Amino acid sequence: MMELKFLNVGILTWITFLPVLGMIAVLCLPKNSKSATRWTSLGVTALQMVLAVVIFQHFNRGVGGINTFEGMQFKELVPWIDVQSVGILGRVKIDYFLGIDGISVAMVLLTALISFVAVIASWNIEKSVKGFFALLLLLDTGMMGVFVSLDFFLFYIFWEVMLLPMYFLIGVWGGPRREYAAIKFFIYTLFGSVLMLLAMLALYFSVTVIDPSTGMKMHTFNMLAMMNPANFDPGSLLAGLGTSMRYYAYVALFIGFAIKVPIFPFHTWLPDAHVEAPTAISVILAGVLLKMGTYGLMRIAFPIFPDAAIYFAYPLAFVGFINIIYGALCAMAQKDFKKLIAYSSVSHMGIVILGMAAFNSQGMVGAIFQMFNHGTITAMLFLIVGVIYDRAHTRGLDDFGGLMNKMPKYSAVMVIAFFAALGLPGLSGFISEAFAFLGAFQTYRYLTIASAFGIVLTAGYMLWTLQRVFLGTLPEKWEGLTDINARELSVLVPLAVIVIFLGIYPMPVIDLMNTSANALVDFVRSGAGMTLVGR
Amino acid sequence: MTQTLLLELSVAVLFLPLVSFLILIFFGKKLPRQGDFVGLAFLGVSLALSVAILYAKISFFHEELLNYTFTWIDLGNVALFGSMKFDLGVMIDNLTAVMLVVVTLISFLVHLFSTKYMAGDIRYSRYYAYLGIFSFSMLGIVIANNFLSMYIFWELVGLSSYLLIGHWYEKKSASDASKKAFVTNRVGDFGFFIGIMILWANYHTLTYEGVYGAIAGGLMPFQSSWWMTAAGILIFCGAVGKSAQFPLHVWLPDAMEGPTPVSALIHAATMVAAGVYLIARTFPMLTADALMVIAYVGAITAFISATIAIAQNDIKKVLAYSTVSQLGYMVMGLGVGAFSAGTMHLVTHAAFKAGLFLGSGSVIHAMHNALHHMHDHHTDAQDIRNMGGLRKKMPFTFWTFVIFTIAISGVPLTSGFLSKDAILAGTIAYGQLTGHMLIPIIGFLVAGLTAFYMFRIVILAFMGEHKDEKRFEHVHESPLAMTLPLMLLAVLSFFAFYSLNPFTAAGGWFFHAIERPETVVPAVMAATSTEVFEEAEHHAHMTAMILSLIVAGLGILIAFTTYYWKKINADAIAAKLAPLHLFLLNKWYFDELYEAVAVNGTKGLARVLAWFDSKVIDGIVNAAGSITKIGAIVSGKFDSIVVDGFVNLTATVAGGFGLVLRKVQTGRVQSYIVFAILGIVVLFFVYRAV
Amino acid sequence: MALHVTLQHFLIVSAILFSLGLFAVVTRRNAIMVLMGIELILNSANINFLAFSRYNALQIDGQMAAIFVIILAAAEAAVGLAIVLNIFKNFNTVNVDEISSMKQ
Repeated sequence: MMELKFLNVGILTWITFLPVLGMIAVLCLPKNSKSATRWTSLGVTALQMVLAVVIFQHFNRGVGGINTFEGMQFKELVPWIDVQSVGILGRVKIDYFLGIDGISVAMVLLTALISFVAVIASWNIEKSVKGFFALLLLLDTGMMGVFVSLDFFLFYIFWEVMLLPMYFLIGVWGGPRREYAAIKFFIYTLFGSVLMLLAMLALYFSVTVIDPSTGMKMHTFNMLAMMNPANFDPGSLLAGLGTSMRYYAYVALFIGFAIKVPIFPFHTWLPDAHVEAPTAISVILAGVLLKMGTYGLMRIAFPIFPDAAIYFAYPLAFVGFINIIYGALCAMAQKDFKKLIAYSSVSHMGIVILGMAAFNSQGMVGAIFQMFNHGTITAMLFLIVGVIYDRAHTRGLDDFGGLMNKMPKYSAVMVIAFFAALGLPGLSGFISEAFAFLGAFQTYRYLTIASAFGIVLTAGYMLWTLQRVFLGTLPEKWEGLTDINARELSVLVPLAVIVIFLGIYPMPVIDLMNTSANALVDFVRSGAGMTLVGR
Repeated sequence: MTQTLLLELSVAVLFLPLVSFLILIFFGKKLPRQGDFVGLAFLGVSLALSVAILYAKISFFHEELLNYTFTWIDLGNVALFGSMKFDLGVMIDNLTAVMLVVVTLISFLVHLFSTKYMAGDIRYSRYYAYLGIFSFSMLGIVIANNFLSMYIFWELVGLSSYLLIGHWYEKKSASDASKKAFVTNRVGDFGFFIGIMILWANYHTLTYEGVYGAIAGGLMPFQSSWWMTAAGILIFCGAVGKSAQFPLHVWLPDAMEGPTPVSALIHAATMVAAGVYLIARTFPMLTADALMVIAYVGAITAFISATIAIAQNDIKKVLAYSTVSQLGYMVMGLGVGAFSAGTMHLVTHAAFKAGLFLGSGSVIHAMHNALHHMHDHHTDAQDIRNMGGLRKKMPFTFWTFVIFTIAISGVPLTSGFLSKDAILAGTIAYGQLTGHMLIPIIGFLVAGLTAFYMFRIVILAFMGEHKDEKRFEHVHESPLAMTLPLMLLAVLSFFAFYSLNPFTAAGGWFFHAIERPETVVPAVMAATSTEVFEEAEHHAHMTAMILSLIVAGLGILIAFTTYYWKKINADAIAAKLAPLHLFLLNKWYFDELYEAVAVNGTKGLARVLAWFDSKVIDGIVNAAGSITKIGAIVSGKFDSIVVDGFVNLTATVAGGFGLVLRKVQTGRVQSYIVFAILGIVVLFFVYRAV
Repeated sequence: MALHVTLQHFLIVSAILFSLGLFAVVTRRNAIMVLMGIELILNSANINFLAFSRYNALQIDGQMAAIFVIILAAAEAAVGLAIVLNIFKNFNTVNVDEISSMKQ
C-alpha cells in the first residue's frame, strides 16, 4: 500500500491542515500587507493543489475501498481522544482516522482546485483582507477534512468547522442582505447537523468493536466499523436490518445531508446564500459545499444503512426528479443572474441524486462525476457572474444585452460554460448527465424519462439567459465596460480546459472513481437484505 | 487501396473542418482575408477525399461495410451489468460514402459562395469558423457507427446551427430564431435520448451492429414489442426535431434569419437531412407501426408546409416551407419503405435546394445592393412582390433557378423527377399493401402544390417587369464566386448523375448502391418484406409517373395562368377565401399556438413555481424562523418578567424592610434606650410564664 | 395599725426613683440633665441594695455594693461632666440631638 509521508506526517494531514498553517501565517502578517496576504494564500492553495496532483498520480485505481480498511489509501490512524471511563459512557475513544478511496479522491481534487480558484477570484477583496483570507483558508481545511476523515466524530467536527468561516464570509463580505443569508445558512445547516449528531450518537452506542490492545469491547466512531453489521450489539438501538429505528436514523442522516445538497424542500437557503455571498464564496459554495451533502450520503448513509438506502431508493430518486424539474423551472423565472445559477445548481444536483438513487455502477459513477463536473462548471458560471458584477454592479438579467461584442473573450468563455451547463456533448457535463440518466433509467424507467425533460428546460433557460445578457444590442450605459482581464482569464481558462478535456476524454477522472463506485453499489445491494424494485 | 486506408481517410475528412474551425477561431482575424481561404482549402481537401472515398467504396468495396470501433469509456466489469464500455467509431457503407460527398460538396460550395456574399461582414472569420465546426459535426453524424456518437454530433450540429442562425445576433429576431431552433431541437433530442436509454438498458451496447444483432437475436426491449416500437419512434423524435417535421417544424422557417448561404447549407441540404439520415440508419429496427407513424408524420408535414408555402411572399420563407415539405416527403418515403427513393431524394434535394437557396441569396444580394445604392432602407429585399423581371439582369441566376425549380417540381430529365417519382411509387405500393391510401393521395397533392408555388416564385421574381424602373438599373448579376456554385449545382440536378435512364431511378448506380436494409425485428412486427414491397412498387411505377406528371403539369399550368398570363386573379381569390388565406399566411398559427401553450405555459409554470418557492417554501422556512423568534421573545419576556421578577421581588422586599427599619436607626442614644426598655418589657411578658 | 415599713416600700420608692431617672435620661435634651437622670438611676439601685441587705440574706454585701456604686457614680459624674464640657467647647451646645456629626 502506498504511503506518502513528509516529515513523518501523512499526505492527507498535510493537504488538510496546510491551509491552517497558511491561516496562521496570514494572521501573523502585519496589518496592512494586503498583497502579502493574497500571495501567501495563493501559495498555500497552490501547494495544496500540488499535493492533490501527487495524490492523483499515486492513487491506486484498482482498489475499491468503501467498507474495508485495506481498501482505503493514504491512511492515517492515530488515537486522538482516549478517556478510560466517563461515567456511564465507559471508555470513550476517538481516532484521528484519515483515508481516501475512489469516492473521496475526486472530491479532494475538486476541493483543492476550487480553493485555488477561489483565492484568485477574491483578489479584489479590499475589506479586511487578512480576515477574509484567514477565514477562506480555514474553510478550506474544513472542506478537505470532511472528504478525508473516516471517523464519524472527526467528520462531524470538520463539518462544523466549515460552518463558522462560511458564516462570517457571507455575513461580513456579502451583499446587502448578508446577515439574513448568513444566519439562514448557518441555522439551516446546524439544524441538519443536530439530526446528524443524533444519528451519530445512536450509531456510536450500537456499535462495539474489540480493542486489540486490551481485548475489551468498546464503542467506536469508526465509519468502517459501523458499516459491518456484525459489529452492532445484539439488542442495541440500531441492530438488525430493516428495523424502523434504523429507518429513522437513516432519515435523520439524510435530512442532515439533504440540507447541504440541497434537496427540495430544504433548498431555499441556497439562492439567498449565493446571491449575498461574494463571488469566491459562491464558487466554493456551489463548487464544493453542495457536494459534501451527496458525498455524505455515499460515504456514510448508504453503506452504514444499506437496508434503508434500498428501502428509500425510490423516494430518493423522486426527490432527485423534483430537484431537476423544479430547479430548472424556478431558474427560468429568475431575474437575478446569480439566483438563476443557484437554482440551476438545484437542478443539476438533482441529477446527482437521481444517479445515486439508481444504485448501479453507471448511475453512481455518473453521480460522482457529475459532482465533479458541476463543481467546475458552476464555478465557471459564478465567476462569470462575478466578472460582470464587478464591472456593472448589477446582476439583473434584463439590464444587459449585447455583451458579446463588447467583451468578446469573456463571451467565449461564457459560451463554453453555458453550453457545458446545458449538457452539450463534447463538454464534461454531458457525460456525467448521460451516465446518471442511463443508470437511473435501468432502475426507474418512467421517472427517468420525466427527469430527462429537464435537459430541454435547461437548454431553454440557459439560452434565454445567454440571449438576454450577451446577444442583442448593448445598452448605452454599458459602453464603458472593459473585457475580462488577465487575472479573471487565468481562473476561467483552466476550468474551461478541464471542462473540454473531460468532455472529450473523461477516463482519467472516471478511472479514479469507477472501482469504488462499483464496490459501493455491490456493498449496498448485497448488504441490504432486500432487492431494489425498479419502477 | 485498403479498407483501413479508406477508414483513415474518412477520419481525415471528419477532422479537417475541425482543424479549420480551431485555426479560424483563434487566429482568424490575424490571417489575411480573415482566413476564409483556410476554410475553403480544408473543405476542398475534405471534398476531394470524400469523392475518392465514394469512388473507391462503390468501385472496390461495394458490398463491404467498413467499420472501426474503439473504446471511449471503459467501466470494466460492473455489478448487475457485466462488462460496461462505451464504444465510439466510424463506419463506411455506401450511404455514408454518398453522404460524405453531399455534405462536403455543399459545404464547399457554400464556403465559396460566402466569400462574396458575406464579404465585409463584421464577423467574417467567425462565420467561417462556424461553418467549419458545422461541417465537422455533420460529417460526424454521417460517419458514426453507433448511436452515442450520433447523439454527440447530433447535439454539436445543434450548437453550430445555433451559432450560425444567430450570426447576426444584434437582431432580436435572429437571436430569437437561434434559441428557438436549439430548444425545439432539444425537444426532439429528448425523445432521441430516451430511445438511446432504452437501447442501452437492454442491449448494453450502442453500436448499430451490436443493437441490430441483439434485436435480430430476438431480444425485445423489456421483452415487449410495445417498447420496440416505442424505441423506434423515440429515436425518430430526434429526426422530427432536426428535420423539422410536424409538430416540431416551426424552427426551420425562423432559421432563415441566418445568412442565406447558411440557410442553403444547414436548412436545406445537410443538417435537416440528418433526420432523414437517422431514419435511414435506424431503418432495420423500425417496426411496421413505427414506420406507419413516420410515414404519417412525413405526409402531414409535407402537406401542411406546402399549403403554407403558397401564401408566403418572402422568397426565403417560401423556400423554407418548401424545404420542410420536401423533408416530409423524404420521411414519408422512408416511412412507407421506399428506402432508396427516400435517401435519393435526400441527395437530389440537397443539390437543388442548396441551389435554390444560393440562387435566392444571389437575388437578395442583388436586390440589397440596388436598394442600398438608392438609399432605400424600407423596401424588403426578400419580398417577391418587390421583384420581377430579374431574368434580364441576372441571366445565370435565372436559368439555374429555373433548372432547380423544374427539378423540385419533378419534371422529367431532372434528378428530382427520379427521386420524387420513386417515392410516389412507394406510397402507392404502401397504400395498396396496407390500405393507408391517404398517404399516396397527400403525396400527389403535395407534388402539385410544390410545382405551383415554385413556379410562382420564378414568375414573380424573374419574369414580367420590375416594379421600380430606377431600382432595376442598379440590379446586377452576382460575381462568379456566387454563380459558379449555382451552375455546378444546376448540372448536378440532371438525371444523368443518378441513373442513366431518365424515367426511372431503379437500375441506376444509386439504387444499386443504396438498397433497403433487411429489417431485424421479428417478422410479425416488421413492415412488408422488401421483395413484396419492391414488387408492388414496380407495378405502381407507371401509374405514379403518369399521375405525377399530370399533377406537376397542372401545378405549373395554374401558376402560369395566375401569375404570368394573369387569367386568374390571385388577389381576388385570396380576398374571397380570406380566412383560409390568413390561416395559411400565418402558418396555421403554429407559432402562436406554441407561444401560447408551450412557451408561455412553461414560463407561467416557472413563475408560479418561483413564487411558490420564494413565498411558500421559503415562507415556511422564514415562518419557522419567525415562530422560533416569537417563542424566543415570549420566553425572553417570561424570563425577564416572571423568573427575574421573583429575584427582583426578593430584593425589593428586603429593600423595603430596610427602608422601613432604617427609620429606627436614628442615631439618638435615647431612642435606642427606649427600644431596649421596650424590648425588655416585651421579653418580660413573653417569658413571664416560664 | 402601726406603720410597718417592709421591703416593698423601699422597692416602690426605688422603682419611682428609677422611673424618674429613666424618664430624665430618655426625654431630656440637655446632656447634664441626662447625667442627672443617670445619677437618679444609680441611686435607686443603691436604695435597692440597701433594702435587700436589710431585709434579706445579702447582709453586708449590699452595703458594700452601694458604696461601690457611689464611688462609681462620682467617677462617672467627673468623666461625664468633663465630656459634656468638651462637647460644649466643640459644639457650643449641650443638646444631645444636635451633636450628631457621627451620624453620617
